[in-house]
Amino acid sequence: MTVETFRVPPVSLLLVAGAAGLLVGSLRSSVFAELTVQGLALGAVYGSLALALVLVYRATRVVNFAQGELAMATTYVAWQLIQWGLSYWETFFATLAIAFVLGVVLEVVLVRPVQHRSVIAAVIVTVGLFILIDGVVNWIWGAGLKFMPSPFGTKVYHVGGVSIARLYPGMLGVVLVSVLLVWALFRFTKLGLGMRAAAFRPAESALVGVRVDWMLAIGWGLAAMLGAIAGLMTEPSQFVLQPTLMQPILVYAFAAAVLGGLESPAGAVVGGLAIGVSLTLVVQYVHPITSDLQTPVAFAVLVGVLLLKPSGLFGRPEVRRV
Amino acid sequence: MTALLELEDVEARYGPVHALHGISLTVEEGSIVAVLGPNGAGKTTTLRAISGTVRRSGRIRFAGRPLDRLGPDGVARLGVAHVPEGRGTFSELTVSENLRLGAYTRRGSIKPELERVFSYFPWLSERLRQAAGTLSGGEQQMLALARAFVHRPRLLLLDEPSLGLAPVLVAELFRIVRELNEREGLTVLVVEQNAHLALQAADAGYVLEAGRVALSGTSDELRADDSIRRSYLGY
Repeated sequence: MTVETFRVPPVSLLLVAGAAGLLVGSLRSSVFAELTVQGLALGAVYGSLALALVLVYRATRVVNFAQGELAMATTYVAWQLIQWGLSYWETFFATLAIAFVLGVVLEVVLVRPVQHRSVIAAVIVTVGLFILIDGVVNWIWGAGLKFMPSPFGTKVYHVGGVSIARLYPGMLGVVLVSVLLVWALFRFTKLGLGMRAAAFRPAESALVGVRVDWMLAIGWGLAAMLGAIAGLMTEPSQFVLQPTLMQPILVYAFAAAVLGGLESPAGAVVGGLAIGVSLTLVVQYVHPITSDLQTPVAFAVLVGVLLLKPSGLFGRPEVRRV
Repeated sequence: MTALLELEDVEARYGPVHALHGISLTVEEGSIVAVLGPNGAGKTTTLRAISGTVRRSGRIRFAGRPLDRLGPDGVARLGVAHVPEGRGTFSELTVSENLRLGAYTRRGSIKPELERVFSYFPWLSERLRQAAGTLSGGEQQMLALARAFVHRPRLLLLDEPSLGLAPVLVAELFRIVRELNEREGLTVLVVEQNAHLALQAADAGYVLEAGRVALSGTSDELRADDSIRRSYLGY
């Protein structure tokens, strides 16, 4: 028990301090409050794409550079479904199903054959996939701007002097619910247990009857679903759909995943929220930095974490006794 | 008694290295069979050939069904639990999750199995939420065994259970295996360096040398054999 009390990580203090700072700032300034809500909503989206990266990394030790493009492609699929007459929320769930299948197929067809060859082979495959998806989307739908109906309408809430578009709490809610569902899947179901076991110890998992290959493929499918949610929630925040939709988001997601420790699902989500809020606030309050510099700032965070604390906020030394 | 497991002329290789040169052995239903031999004789590889974790050829039949084409998950689903050397504990998961993985191939509640396991390893029930990696080596070995029991296998493959364990624990472990065999009819194929201990628990044994069966017989026969006594039993 004494060990437990010793291990209260300074990270949690940092998070509490951060949350307190946001609260105090929001109470003192309505602009700050509006930006905080907006930043959290955007950050949740970065977090869900970061979570996708972490799931893939944990399952197959592959960093999927195409995760963002995959999310963009599934958003185009959603646009197409809406064109064909489906309602927004029918489209939403149909898109998730399609994304899942797409993720599984990509793992089986492209990743599995090279996964055990070398790290670089897997990297080349995902970078190639990035370019391939980009090309296919441009070929099918063209590079022109597309528009989708807003999932949450244009309603604006007024709380005190603070105005909040319904979009932001909507984005936040959708992402957090899906993240919670993924967490519950891993934590409470047999499938989730099998997936975790397969990711940690593939050989031993097979010995207890876990179909390891399928678990890894399902991991890719889930990641593609989370990516699809990120894409679907990014589109309304940018108001347009174009093939470059997810490229900056991927940088933010990488920064979030690395900040969280690359192996920690909770870290990815917290990292995403932190990146989202801080980027939004920095652009507003730190003078020479404008929204054009958001991506470079996120990139600086990424490099900084890798240099100073490669294990990230939530990465912990492995507990293992042999 | 009928044969639960039959190996006929089984070969296995790691890349270019031949590890087994045609092993044939039989495990009767309800028996404990020991595989003995020096380091590098192919004892571990024999178990791995059965569970499908090494590339193998030749014929392997379990309960009348060929295993040759199955991968490790398929073999496990037929009711073979393999506790590998080095225990195979999922150290990142909790004790409880390790036990649940043991029952991965089965449907429904595992409560009866858990209670049975706790009757053998009472300490497990108090440490269900602990990360398995924080258990001691002996405890991890017991957990690996408990996980295999939860599987309710027809055949248990045990690889070097005594490795790195204190003698008291080793004796305890073999006592439990023996008890399960007598009470519940569990069939066991155990690889063991400690021939004395293994032959005490086992009904029959095979001695491997350089990837071949050098000698086989009942435990009593093997114990009486001069070459075994000199090489493995030390008296």
